[in-house]
Amino acid sequence: MSPVSRGFRRLYRDPAGQDSRLPPGQHLTEGFPVLSAGPTPHTPLEEWTFSITQGSQTRKSWTWQEFQALPAETITADIHCVTRWSKLGTQWRGVSVGTLLGKAEYDAPYVMAFCDGGYTTNLPIEDITGGRAWVAFGYDDGPLEAEHGGPARLLVPHLYFWKSAKWVRGLDLRDTDEPGFWESYGYHIYGDPWREQRYAGD
Amino acid sequence: MARTAVRGRLIWQAAPVASITRETTSVVTIELDPPHWPGHRAGQHLDVRLTAEDGYTAEREYSIASAPSEPVTITVERLEDGEVSPYLTGELRPGDLLELRGPVGGYFVWEPGDGGPLMLLAGGSGIVPLRSILRHRLRTGSGVPTRLLYSSRRWEDVIYRDELGQDHDGVQVGYTLTRNQPAGWTGHTGRIDSALLAEVAWPAEANPLAYICGPTSFVETAAAALVELGYPPERVKTERFGGTGGTDGRSGR
Repeated sequence: MSPVSRGFRRLYRDPAGQDSRLPPGQHLTEGFPVLSAGPTPHTPLEEWTFSITQGSQTRKSWTWQEFQALPAETITADIHCVTRWSKLGTQWRGVSVGTLLGKAEYDAPYVMAFCDGGYTTNLPIEDITGGRAWVAFGYDDGPLEAEHGGPARLLVPHLYFWKSAKWVRGLDLRDTDEPGFWESYGYHIYGDPWREQRYAGD
Repeated sequence: MARTAVRGRLIWQAAPVASITRETTSVVTIELDPPHWPGHRAGQHLDVRLTAEDGYTAEREYSIASAPSEPVTITVERLEDGEVSPYLTGELRPGDLLELRGPVGGYFVWEPGDGGPLMLLAGGSGIVPLRSILRHRLRTGSGVPTRLLYSSRRWEDVIYRDELGQDHDGVQVGYTLTRNQPAGWTGHTGRIDSALLAEVAWPAEANPLAYICGPTSFVETAAAALVELGYPPERVKTERFGGTGGTDGRSGR
């Protein structure tokens, strides 16, 4: 039972109907805070590729130009950061991960997303297929800005946003679910905001 | 990337407030006495939860301001449109219970064994986790050469002014004031940029280890400038605060 914080009261009412869209412990933000563990990388588009790998083997790889020729979708999603801000109704443009994996022969239950700057995050295949995850390169009718993960980031809105890896460059197919970057530093291996899986053991 | 040991589950606990110290007109430091504190590392943060009488709760993250060998303290800046920080800086009293859990985070941390030289860059309340690192350095007797550049709006906004002004062996502290400067100011002025960092930062050849904490625009500029100066990106650790639209705490971290 939490002690009452003497004199504390709610200052803001969330607009009607939005409370139910907020996972436990989250609050709304109108801005778009930036969280990254290091400097923002700036990879020139002519050097950018997106690859599906399995260990040392590259199963499929696209250049930026080839990637742009893939069927893209507009995605509207609520996003939830583990640092407790949520932003509702964000709009993205991207290619579904299912589309990408469909072009690479694969049989693996997990992936490790890898990125410029060395960031990684682990995801079960079933969470990134079936229209639940995208590689997004557009935000709000424009290109995705570098500080928000451009040229392209993963978008997995049903998990905490650290799983939506910025500056993503590919997915490495894995047989086992190994922790990525933040998962190695005490954050939850799966990260479901509705079950408030912020930290290991939650 | 170093892996940390798997830890037990982080549980919420009610910590009595031991003391509250006013740092500036909008900033206080809160010393806490959590009953079950597993110990923390310099640079980590913790979660705070407030509960209203009607059951409404609000959670935020705050950087830990103290060294691992010291009582747990947080330093909180009041954000006018915030919900939690006005309470912590204005209503909370010694003896009250503050619910918390932690410590959290394992990347933006420093241990004496990590070495240096250390290049610390703070924007506003971004000084808080860097102060934990500075105190840890002092408490452990680490002689790692250290430079701190601290950007504030005005001199009155500088947090830990007296403490940072003390002569600590091997620590050079520089300030830049972006909004206005007191009469006779001899420090730097204006926002941090490549030219200023080229002047004050350790040269890349010294293989420095950099920690940058502050608002997003500050961190973006500072981190890009250090990389431009030749710092390897993996030697530049960043933590961003982005209080926007009723968001306070470390959220936009």
